[in-house]
Amino acid sequence: MARSNRSTPEINAGSMADIAFLLLIFFLVTTTMDVDTGIARKLPPTAEEQEPEDMQGNARNIYEVYVNKQDKLLVEEEEMSIQDLKNGVREFVDNNGKNPSLSDSPEKAIVSLVNSRGTSYEMYIAVQNELTAAYNELRNEAAIKKYNLNYTELAKDKQREIRKMYPMKISEAPPGEF
Amino acid sequence: MSKFRKKKKSGTPPISTASLPDIVFMLLFFFMVTTVMRETEMLVDNTLPQATEVKKLERKSLVSYIYIGAPRGLNRKKQFGTKAKIQLNDSYATVADIQTFIAAERESRAEEEIPLLTTSIKADVDVKMGIVSDIKEELRKAQAYKINYSTRKEVE
Repeated sequence: MARSNRSTPEINAGSMADIAFLLLIFFLVTTTMDVDTGIARKLPPTAEEQEPEDMQGNARNIYEVYVNKQDKLLVEEEEMSIQDLKNGVREFVDNNGKNPSLSDSPEKAIVSLVNSRGTSYEMYIAVQNELTAAYNELRNEAAIKKYNLNYTELAKDKQREIRKMYPMKISEAPPGEF
Repeated sequence: MSKFRKKKKSGTPPISTASLPDIVFMLLFFFMVTTVMRETEMLVDNTLPQATEVKKLERKSLVSYIYIGAPRGLNRKKQFGTKAKIQLNDSYATVADIQTFIAAERESRAEEEIPLLTTSIKADVDVKMGIVSDIKEELRKAQAYKINYSTRKEVE
């Protein structure tokens, strides 16, 4: 009966670490950690399908932003630096009819963005970024005023409501040569 | 005295490496979970512009990528020139190929997912807007309205 007393020999687990290391190094090499981020936009349907509604309705409700091929900005027929664009848009959108040359109300405000074919992509993104920043700030302020919470902290339906107050309307014309 | 002498003889005990596999497995699982396999080889230069007001791209399986930039590497620059080119999947393409590309992307997805498809435009900082506008026009024609200008988050 001495045999039954003997226990099964232990399996050598020394190479387990090697196997795990091999897999680890494989995943280390193939991994890409970067999360994709970007500025989301929705393109308008093509002209044949849907005519843009009263674009030329009222000149005061259109904020004209031109970017030429030297990456210079022309806003409402005046040169402007990219740093001032955000405040310019904010003033225009949140005017509520006070200043006769700016918009009637945030719902009617349209930002018209026209760029040249020679504009650099970097500048275009910088302009888009400033436009988004202006709207984000306005929405955030509205959210704090109404619900005492940041826009991003609100529930989906309340976010939608705030978005309705400040709808982002960016119209892009086909690029020209200037 | 013999008692003390015995202790001295033993020396430092070896460190147990029994938990080493556990540590390595922990790291392994971390990388396995966070890994995303690179599915395409980059044929174009791709330094993304920086922006602050960025949104995360959710659900990567529903995103199709369009890369724009100058051909990558000296050899390719010699062969194809330094003008910005479009890369779809693993090869160079022209603006005319975009609609076919979008159609193929739609084909490979379930029908209910098609409206959720997003097109991510990954353009190099040095690209001019002409080519980007052409692509946007093609996307409009293909009714792929949801787009995302891919950017890096600005470090402040």
